[in-house]
Formats: sequence, C-alpha cells, structure tokens
Amino acid sequence: MAALCLAALPAVAGVLPEDRVDVLYHRYQGGGITVQGPSILVQKRIGDHFAVNANYYQDMISSASIDVLLSASPYKETRTQKSVGAQYLHGKTTYSAGFINSVEPDYKANTSYYSVSQDMFGDLTTVTLSYSRGWDQIYRDIKVNGVIVNDPTFHQRADHRVYGLSLSQILTRNLIGTLNYQFSSDQGYLASPYREIRFVDPNNPVGYTLAPQIYPNTRTMEAISGSLKYYLPYRAALTGKYRFFTDSWGIAAHTLQLDYVQPLRHHWTFDGNVRYYRQGAASFFSDLFPYANYSNYMARDRELAAFHSITLGVEATYAFSIPRLTWIQRSTATLSFDRMMVHYLDYRDALYSKFDPGVIKAGDEPLYTLDASIYQAFVSFYF
Amino acid sequence: MRMSCNRLRGLLVATAALVAVSACSPIQPWVKPYEREHLADAIMALDRNPISSTYLDHVFETREGARGATGAVGGGCGCN
Amino acid sequence: MRNRIAVMAAILAFALPAWAAPADVQAPAFSLQSVDGHTVSLAQFKGQVVMINFWASWCGPCRQEMPLLDSIYKQYKDMGFTLLGVNVEPDAHGANAWLQKTPVSYPILYDPKSQVSQLYQVQAMPTTVIIDRQGVVRFVHNGYVPGDENQYMNSIRSLIVQ
Repeated sequence: MAALCLAALPAVAGVLPEDRVDVLYHRYQGGGITVQGPSILVQKRIGDHFAVNANYYQDMISSASIDVLLSASPYKETRTQKSVGAQYLHGKTTYSAGFINSVEPDYKANTSYYSVSQDMFGDLTTVTLSYSRGWDQIYRDIKVNGVIVNDPTFHQRADHRVYGLSLSQILTRNLIGTLNYQFSSDQGYLASPYREIRFVDPNNPVGYTLAPQIYPNTRTMEAISGSLKYYLPYRAALTGKYRFFTDSWGIAAHTLQLDYVQPLRHHWTFDGNVRYYRQGAASFFSDLFPYANYSNYMARDRELAAFHSITLGVEATYAFSIPRLTWIQRSTATLSFDRMMVHYLDYRDALYSKFDPGVIKAGDEPLYTLDASIYQAFVSFYF
Repeated sequence: MRMSCNRLRGLLVATAALVAVSACSPIQPWVKPYEREHLADAIMALDRNPISSTYLDHVFETREGARGATGAVGGGCGCN
Repeated sequence: MRNRIAVMAAILAFALPAWAAPADVQAPAFSLQSVDGHTVSLAQFKGQVVMINFWASWCGPCRQEMPLLDSIYKQYKDMGFTLLGVNVEPDAHGANAWLQKTPVSYPILYDPKSQVSQLYQVQAMPTTVIIDRQGVVRFVHNGYVPGDENQYMNSIRSLIVQ
C-alpha cells in the first residue's frame, strides 16, 4: 500500500535551508505488523539562489495483521520511495518543485509537487500556495506455483490532486502562529484489492460470509489546521496544534497535539509530545452488514471506522562535533519513541469468531484495540 | 465539490490581494528584525527535523482516514 | 477559466518587489558603550567615512559577514574610514561568546535597548549603513548574501576620495 506523502518542504522564509544530511532508521511494531527501514535526506544549497534536496526511503513490511489473518496469509514486501526537489529564492519569494516515486510489488505511485512561498509585512508573515498531483498504478498480488506475481487480470489507476494554502504569522517576540487549509480530490480505484466486507449469514458456521468491498471512485477532502508555538522565558518551547478534517465519504476527524521542547545545557535537547485523534466512520463503513448487497458502497477497512487514538512520544537529541572533520559544522544524534494506542468504536476483532465459531457470535466479538510502538534513530550533519 | 472549488478560488484571489497589498503597505512590523532572537532559536523552528516529521505523518496517514494540513513554513530569524 | 485567472493573479502578485528604505538623510547622532567599556559616539568620526553594521550572534548571515567586514576595515582604516559593529541583543552574553570564538579588530558597540536600531529604522538583519565625510547616509543595505561585500567596497572607495 502506498501513500501520497509529500517529501518535506524545508522551512524557508527568505533564507534557503541550511546544508544538511540526515540518516534515519525507523521501526513500527504493532497489530501484527512490523515495518522498518532507512531514510536518507540530503539538502544542499547551490550558489545564493538555489537549493536541492533528495530522499531515499524504504519500508520493509512483515505483515500478519488482523486484516491479513482474516482473509489472506502473512506476507513480506518492500516499498522503496525516492524523491528529488529544488528551490529557487528570488528576493522574498521562494519557488519549489519536486517529484516523488514510490514502488512496491503491487503499487506504483508518482507524485509531482509545486509551491510558491512569499514573506511579507517585515518578514512577519509567510504565505504559501501549493499544488501536487499524483498518478497511481494499482496491482494485485497472487501466488502462482508458490511464487508471488501480479494478477494479470487486475490493473487499476488512481489520480490525486492536492491544493494547499498556508499562512505563518509572527505574533509577538515569543509567539508564532500558523493556519493551513488543504483541499484534495482523489479519483479512480481507491479501495484495497485484498480487503473484504462481511455480512450476516446464518448458513455459515462462523455466522458471516466475506464479500468484495465496493468503494466510490471519487473522494474530495478538506482539512483545516492551526497551531501556536510559544517561547518560554527559561528557554523551552511549547506547541499546540489542532486539525479538523472532513470528506465526501462522511468522515469527520479531529486531531489535537501538544509538544514541549526543553534544551539542557549545551548538548542535550528533550522533547515530549501527546497526540489525540478522533475519527467518525465513513458513511458506507460497517463491521458487519445485515445482509448481502446491503448498499451501493460497502467497506470494512478499519482506516474508515470510528475510532480514537492517543499517541505519547519522547525524544532525546545529543549535539556533538567531530574534531577531525572541520567541514561539518555540527552534528546531532536523536532517539525517539512513540506509543500509539488505538481504540475502535465500531470495528470488531473478527478473528474471535473465525477461530472460535459458535462460541462468540459474529457481531459480538470484542471491539478491536491496537497498540503500536514507533522507534526512530537518526544522525544529522550540518555543513 | 462545487462549494469547495469556489472556496478554493476565493482563497486564491484573497491571497493574491494580500500579497499585492503587502508590497506597498503602511503596516509597520510590530516585531522588529532585531527583536527576533527567540524566534531565531533552533527550538522555535516550525519543523526541526523534516526527515522525522514526514515519517510520522506517513505512519498516521496510512492508518487513519484524515490527511493533510500538517505543516507551514515561516518564522525563524527573518534575516535577509 | 476563472480558476486559471485566479492562479495567474496569485503567482503574479508574488513577483511584486518589496518597498526599499530611503537614504540621503543626515545620519542621526548616537552614543553607545563599546566592548572595551568606553563610550563611543558617532560625532567622534566626523570627517571620516563611517560604516555601521547592525548584527546579532543569532543571525546566520551576520556571522558569515563579519570576517569579511574585518578585512574591509583593515584595508581602508588608514584612509579615513571606520567600521562600527552595533550589536542589537538585549543581553551581551551571546555577542561576547561569539566574539571570543571569532574576534574582529573593529569597534563593537552594544545597543541593548534598541535605541540606535530604531533611530536608523533597521528593517532587516543584518543592516549595513555607510555615511560620508559630511555625515550624510549614502548607502543602506538590507541583509547579506555572499558577494555583497563588493558593493560595500565600491561604495567605500567612491566616498573615501570625496
């Protein structure tokens, strides 16, 4: 499964981002899935007006998740993502453009993005307009003679368009605020070739029968967010962020985040953060439909279910210098750990009725909960 | 969809007007360039480690229905 | 069609240049404490070409520019030229730490209450002001990108011979 993820637009405000190389190891573990891999990001200025960036990223997935165990078998695969981007600074205006390519055995995604950023009102305000376009090719993996290949009868496409407007405003010497608005439009095959819905079926010993899901082939989304970042007098920073999301599938979601950064002496910086997320289900989502062909659109993907989650994170950074390599101005090493706890409100753990048919009735299984650990370790070199 | 397109167009025109006005504006910055010491501090950067924040955004996006509006650029020392 | 016009208007608006600060006025008088503890006033340098550089230790381009300003100072100081570095930080701690690592030979003055920054309507960090022998502001430069030192030297050379 691929994602339309923009390569990070480096923070600019009339000054090009500093030269920097980051090497990261990431690991996600939870719900029967382990995803790990590297990410390398390079940012380099060229002359006074240009900067380029490049990123190499991999997800090595080993999945025996609840969805996989219900109707498929555990699998391993690798997704590789490469991106390049450039920025041009002219006075108070920064123009950026870039390209992202993501490849995995059953999903190929290409994205191009463009943005224009302008400083104004004495550099207190920065306004950014952005646009990105994605083209996805979706395949389905099947096992033929023990080998995993693409199903030749399955080839779908999906298109994505994202429009963004954001504003950052310096409010006082110690306070900066941001406002973000994003409008996106997806078209094409937006479902998963592997997931299924279930409907009540008394003729079946488990109490239900699996059937293909039917998704709409369009989706429009809007998200609006705001944040405030405050400098505390003893040298620390506190950030509060809120985002509201709504789409044409009936999903409404709220995200609230709080972040606290505390540097200590000369070398250490610590970060603690909390994220609360709450989502309402899509209008065509149901964990268990009452009968076959219940409605035009039907889905049981837990990403579209009603749930809430809390993520707690801590991070420690150590700044050091390498005496022999004088062309490296400074270096940092960072370790971060996040614990994500998700409680689904209308999605049940169907494995209970699958593996214990008759003991637990379909529809009475416990609501699914998921706890995941997210690890990151990275080093950064500044030139 | 139609309402969102109109909203987007409206925001675009408002942005153009804002940018045009700023070029010859009587509004004086209330935080002077020489008062930006705290804002220039590395801990006040809106995104200190882009490699890490893009990774976490990706982790949440693939598991949640919501996406987008995660970041803005700006702040900093305002030099040059 | 309306969408396209809206997008074009937005992009063109971004291309508008920003308003620049004026010059050709009598340089406002001031008097500040220097790093050595002496009181330094602008009036002391009447008859000389004076370059004032507003800087802060937290400003990257300011730090980048200072060694180049130091060589400009050494090159022209015997020709009736002086350079004053005005540090705008409310607390001298940052400036002193930086000057210990990267010392310069021209006078550094502290402006902790931003009196001189306000007098000279500083609009960017760094800001470089060049005043002629008659005390008139002849050149104001906002910011610093590598190569700006050539503009400074051209201006100094033309004012020194007057």
